[in-house]
Amino acid sequence: MIKRLFAFILLIFTSVMFYTIFSNTVQSTELKGVAKQYAARGADELGAQNLVTAIVVTYRGLDTLGEVAVLFLAATGVALLLRRRKEDEVLPLSEDKPKRQSSELLRTGANLLAPIMVMFGVYIFINGHLSPGGGFQGGAVIASAVLLLFLSDINYKINHTVFGLIESSSGVLYVVTGILGIFLAGGFLDNRILPLGELGSILSAGAIPVIYTLIGLKVGTELAGIIDNMRREN
Amino acid sequence: MNAVYVTGFALIIIGLWGMLTQKNMIKMILGLAVVETGVQLIMVAVGYIGGRTAPILDSAVPVKDAAEMIVDPVPQALVLTAIVIGVAVNALALTFVVKLYQKRRSLNITDYKDLKW
Repeated sequence: MIKRLFAFILLIFTSVMFYTIFSNTVQSTELKGVAKQYAARGADELGAQNLVTAIVVTYRGLDTLGEVAVLFLAATGVALLLRRRKEDEVLPLSEDKPKRQSSELLRTGANLLAPIMVMFGVYIFINGHLSPGGGFQGGAVIASAVLLLFLSDINYKINHTVFGLIESSSGVLYVVTGILGIFLAGGFLDNRILPLGELGSILSAGAIPVIYTLIGLKVGTELAGIIDNMRREN
Repeated sequence: MNAVYVTGFALIIIGLWGMLTQKNMIKMILGLAVVETGVQLIMVAVGYIGGRTAPILDSAVPVKDAAEMIVDPVPQALVLTAIVIGVAVNALALTFVVKLYQKRRSLNITDYKDLKW
């Protein structure tokens, strides 16, 4: 087929391009430029043990705010596209069968596991400034707990009022924390509005744990909302 | 390190192949997800420096020697952003597929000719 041939030719050109890039890549042997500055000054300036977190939340905090906004837009888009209107006639599925409830064993196991998963997600985003992890990862773990409940119980429903409240209040508080940085510290999203504390302790790095907790709650509820919207469709 | 680059480039090419040749829209979106994975692998590999450790300043990495002991943290922070945006884009794309399937009961891209000229 001619289309397949074109695709094949395109991929060969792409491969050649990648090979050229690859053969011209020189693996760096030392940190340069901005990365060097971050590595040398990050711990003293921001008090965060995990430098990636220091970059994500403070040095490039505005990027992260934009990232949260994109995620929020996507979640809103999913909800908007999948909302049910009465005048929409949906073609009936011929293979529709009544849903069967899953076994007692599975539901009990899932109910037992879900709180532990939420707790682990909270652990991940509270320790974001100390160890690998952070708000986005912890939020994804929380959403996977909700997904487990959805998969194991066909009648499971999330409380939309509580989820919406958590999502919107954590988003607003994130921006408020950022604006506080303008008045109390060096600029928007500066984490030094709270004392930096001792490097490596849980209450350190100023506002970074606060911001990551808010991001974790927001991402968790948002992803759970996306899952809920997609599930209600079927 | 080269193995990571090669894996990343291979994933990009496999994903592109999937996006160009598959007719099933869900498979096309999965191709996009595979491309994203490849790009993220390469971005992390760019920041790698041989023999160094993760950018976490614990007892093994004293603060004053940090610049000589850790890999580049900036690409890792960028990949973190890229992963989250990738998830959001995939979810939105799959939602479009759900919506299209409700209208026409077909996942085949050739059944949708409304915008074709």
